[in-house]
Amino acid sequence: MPLKRKIAYIDLSTGEVETRSIPIEMRRKYIGGRGLDAYLLYNHCPEGCDSLGPDNPLIVSAGIVAGCLASASSRTHVMAKSPLTGALGSANMGGFFAPELAWAGFHHLVIKGRAEKPVYLFVNDGEIEIRDASRIWGQNVYDAQEMIRQELRDPEVQVMVTGPAGEKLVRFANVMTGHKDAGGRTGMGAVMGSKNLKAIAVRGTLDLEIAYPREALEYNKKLIDMVISSKVSQTMQRWGTMFIYGVTNTTGLIRTRHFQKNQLVGGEDIECENIDRVSIGTAGCFGCQVHCRHRYIIKDGPYAGTYAEGPEYTSQGAFGTMPEINDMESVLVGNHLVNYYGLDTLETGAMITWAMELYEKGILTDEDTGGIKLEFGNKEALWEMIHKIANREGLGDILAEGPLRAAKRIGRGSEKYLVHVKGMSNLHSDERPTPSLALNVATATRGSDHLRSRPAIDLYNLPIQVLDKVYRNPIPYEGPLVNSYSSYVGKAWMVLWQEMLYMAVDCIGMCKYHTIFLGVNHPSFEEFARSIYLNAGLEFTPQQVWEVANRAYTLERMFNLREGFGREDDWLVDRYFDEPTPLGLPVARGRAIDREKFKEMLDEYYQLHEWDENGVPTPELLKKLGLEGEPSHIL
Amino acid sequence: MAKMLVIDHEKCTGCRLCELVCSVYHSGVSNPTRSRIHIVKFYNQGIYIPMVCQQCKDAACMAVCPKDAIYRDAELGRVMINYDLCIGCKMCVAACPFGGMGVDKEGTVIKCDLCDGDPQCVRFCDMKAVDYVEASTVNVRKKREAVEDLAGLMSKFVG
Repeated sequence: MPLKRKIAYIDLSTGEVETRSIPIEMRRKYIGGRGLDAYLLYNHCPEGCDSLGPDNPLIVSAGIVAGCLASASSRTHVMAKSPLTGALGSANMGGFFAPELAWAGFHHLVIKGRAEKPVYLFVNDGEIEIRDASRIWGQNVYDAQEMIRQELRDPEVQVMVTGPAGEKLVRFANVMTGHKDAGGRTGMGAVMGSKNLKAIAVRGTLDLEIAYPREALEYNKKLIDMVISSKVSQTMQRWGTMFIYGVTNTTGLIRTRHFQKNQLVGGEDIECENIDRVSIGTAGCFGCQVHCRHRYIIKDGPYAGTYAEGPEYTSQGAFGTMPEINDMESVLVGNHLVNYYGLDTLETGAMITWAMELYEKGILTDEDTGGIKLEFGNKEALWEMIHKIANREGLGDILAEGPLRAAKRIGRGSEKYLVHVKGMSNLHSDERPTPSLALNVATATRGSDHLRSRPAIDLYNLPIQVLDKVYRNPIPYEGPLVNSYSSYVGKAWMVLWQEMLYMAVDCIGMCKYHTIFLGVNHPSFEEFARSIYLNAGLEFTPQQVWEVANRAYTLERMFNLREGFGREDDWLVDRYFDEPTPLGLPVARGRAIDREKFKEMLDEYYQLHEWDENGVPTPELLKKLGLEGEPSHIL
Repeated sequence: MAKMLVIDHEKCTGCRLCELVCSVYHSGVSNPTRSRIHIVKFYNQGIYIPMVCQQCKDAACMAVCPKDAIYRDAELGRVMINYDLCIGCKMCVAACPFGGMGVDKEGTVIKCDLCDGDPQCVRFCDMKAVDYVEASTVNVRKKREAVEDLAGLMSKFVG
């Protein structure tokens, strides 16, 4: 049974490993995955601890239905205090690691301390071994995984790894499994690096009993049909997330020249259709019928012959639109390089294109770049900077520190060109024409982020009846809803609603593409509750799933408050308010966020959350959610 | 002629849903080691190949079985195990050139039984990398797929 899956505490300083059961009341309060991770972080991370020190716990988890029948039960969640922001560190990845962890008998690993020498963990059917990784240290993401499989003489082993960037403590180094599945954000790879932990290998052959196997099988079919019958999924099956570019670029909802424009005019070479030049097919994460990434072989240039997977919409932005390079090769190579080194693709692209803007403005010179012509449109310079960041050489060493630290080191007014929230860079989507998406970016618990609360369907201008159906369930909401993405009205609730949905799905371990993220008729709270029941035998109402999400999200908020983040950090950089968009369709052109309206929207958002005007959860809310005694140290 | 499982590895996305539904259908648990079908992956080349019992006409497992416990089912044309006769010697596992015969945690020999005519791997595979079709029509389908590009080219000249 999923409920039999355990939690293990591993101390890399002492070599001690302790295994415990997860009490059912903790499942009722947090379900699992990111929800229980939030509890573990709040309870195990000492206030103000050094994010790259031994006290920062690295928490790795599988959702409650990982490896079970729930349309796409593939997701691994990773949490720690972020070395990039000093706030919540949280990253989520697909692939095959989480199911394997569940087959190996575990749902949560809490890793503390610091190993003296490079090590990796081997989790195998209830046992956990700390093994020497000195031979694997220094290896890239792809080869490190293969070497571990060879060393363990088992090609079925799944490996979560940090690349050379994480070893060198690049503050936005990611964790990866496979060629492309990345726990990308908030620098979780640097936390691994700081612990001398190169990888976690898992192999499981234990039975994962399904509570109601035949019913779960049939329900899984229903969920899959729900997901793949939608047009958006069918488009994803063919093109992956790259399809989004066609829409956002045409409209003018995409950042180019770092933040100076919002459309890549004539940017047809990086259109998704051109992936067919190099694609050998698509690939799916565990159990997923959307299979949204491509397997490709680079055809031309210095990287010809290289096998890689992806790229995603994010990499189109990082290595296409933001550096203003209308060349698919730039995207394909950039995507490969960040995966090879284990870098967050978004942050890497954001840092380099920020530096390009500084170079353009003369704030950075050839002396700073070591002679690299860091101009917009220069793909070779872009690739070179990726190498330099990963290896912490020259300017790359400064950019590897992330936005705020890098701006401090460069000085010369460079900070005002940053585009970040809470010290984490924004996606290349341009939220100036879309207040709901701007609020989502400003308030997400892990810093600027589009996968923690984005009401992406707001962009569809759906009939109001559809919005009513989606956003007034499972919790009653009496306020207004407006189906125009230029509006500020009702958007605070849409952001909050999506926060709850994404938290719930991260507790369960399903993929967001199988929820109301891009598809309006995709699974939601009711389907989550049913999936938990049929697979794990634990009964929840949709409202109870919402309450779990609210509890866990509030704990994430409390963690950030404890680390010194507050209302002033739920805010956008001045550029969002002061620089109107120059390009795009009328609905996107000449747009900037209105400071006063945004402030009102933030107030409304806090009120809906039952947080006070400073964004602090009220005592009544804490009591209602049973959080008044945290940290409670039950697990 | 009966239907047969047809594998097209070029369609496989490597998601392993077939392994999941196979193990749940047969054993009520999620456990790929209990699955009759398995996706063999070459990670660094991006090649995924589904492997499952081929229901061979001249089956090595059947030939090698010392107790004649392996027989062909007349209705579905599948190779089956008579567990009343099977002594668990696993000679069939050794003899099968494709890994089609497996052994579960209890030491019992397991193999694909085509889910009694409704293979769950096929039912769940949206790509139809695993398909269940009339054996005598297999090559016609492959011919059509093979010349699809050619047909596109031809139409340019004919039109």
